[in-house]
Amino acid sequence: MRAAVLAALLLAAMPAAGAEERRSGFADMSAATQAMQADDAANPGMLWVLDGEGRWSRKAGRTERSCADCHGEAAASMRGVAARYPAIDAERGEAVDLAGRIALCQTRHQEATPAPRESEASLALTAFVAHQSRGLPIAPPDDPRIALLQAEGAALYRMRRGQLNLSCAQCHDDNAGRRLAGSVIPQGHPTGYPLYRLEWQGLGSLQRRLRGCTTGVRAESFAPGSHDAIALEAYLMSRAAGMPVETPAVRP
Amino acid sequence: MSGGLRRGAIVAMLLATMPAAADEPRPVMIGGDAIAASLTGRPGDAARGRAIVADRQRGLCLLCHAGPFPEERFQGNLAPSLAGAGSRLSEGQLRLRIVDSARVNPDTIMPPYHRTEGLSAVGAAWRGRPVLTAGEVEDVVAFLVTLKE
Repeated sequence: MRAAVLAALLLAAMPAAGAEERRSGFADMSAATQAMQADDAANPGMLWVLDGEGRWSRKAGRTERSCADCHGEAAASMRGVAARYPAIDAERGEAVDLAGRIALCQTRHQEATPAPRESEASLALTAFVAHQSRGLPIAPPDDPRIALLQAEGAALYRMRRGQLNLSCAQCHDDNAGRRLAGSVIPQGHPTGYPLYRLEWQGLGSLQRRLRGCTTGVRAESFAPGSHDAIALEAYLMSRAAGMPVETPAVRP
Repeated sequence: MSGGLRRGAIVAMLLATMPAAADEPRPVMIGGDAIAASLTGRPGDAARGRAIVADRQRGLCLLCHAGPFPEERFQGNLAPSLAGAGSRLSEGQLRLRIVDSARVNPDTIMPPYHRTEGLSAVGAAWRGRPVLTAGEVEDVVAFLVTLKE
């Protein structure tokens, strides 16, 4: 039903050969793992989404306000939001990612101390918000400041780094689809974050996934929430523009 | 291939690229597309070299290359098979390609196994250290020359 519709949608979103040839990591997974993602009752990421839903309506901070008190029904107010991040925070005039935006909102409007990045609380609320965009096309904002950030991210993506001296592009553009040991190298489209990785036995952020690669090439990691991390995410989202949001995705 | 590398001519003495490990003060002499002399002055050990090649934390070779390792599952296919490497390349050519394959092809994805200069954003745990020591490079070379297919 819903699961089958989602699977059909994801497969339909894979462009025909000869077109752009972009593939979500979903397409490279086993049928069993695809089925796990597509069935909300089997997708472990939905546990975090449900936790996040509870947090959405929980009052917090000095103002004793919940997210819902201002934003109402997330299904309406948060629809499509995650598909547009990273975005410019008007007050600071800088880009933030979705987890950073939620933390700013908690600080400013709830007058609460936001949960640390990548904590279960932050991941759950981020997953719940991002889930409201599931199936919608990734649509980076048309903003010259974001365009600048995307260009910086593209340069980071192409920079060789680490003791193994490899860039993101050398694997995820030049060798996507080939096998690094037993694993198919994905094209690296961040369509489903936060997502559940079987390897992690938990939900994790794009930042955590990037650490997997940077550690793999024996390089310094991007500090979560840092300018470089957000620039790289902005570039990756522009590369994935038009592909449907999958949150919460499942990956091996 | 870089046209600037002329076989037989010593084009560089890479004193600067030598890591400061205790066992390897000698310069790397690159001649043409090869390093003719052992980095340690001694021959390597092929059995140790085989173990390094198969070790996914040390040699890392099988992440990208397949090879004649029937006991090893999940070998990569980003790079040519190591089978027959000893027929295709001389000992000195193999040595240069392990030390710094970018000397042969600047666009290579093969990591520089025995170069610490000219790298960016190296993680603190690995900074200033080559992937393989000179002795380990020699062990790997000694193994690869035996792969005659």
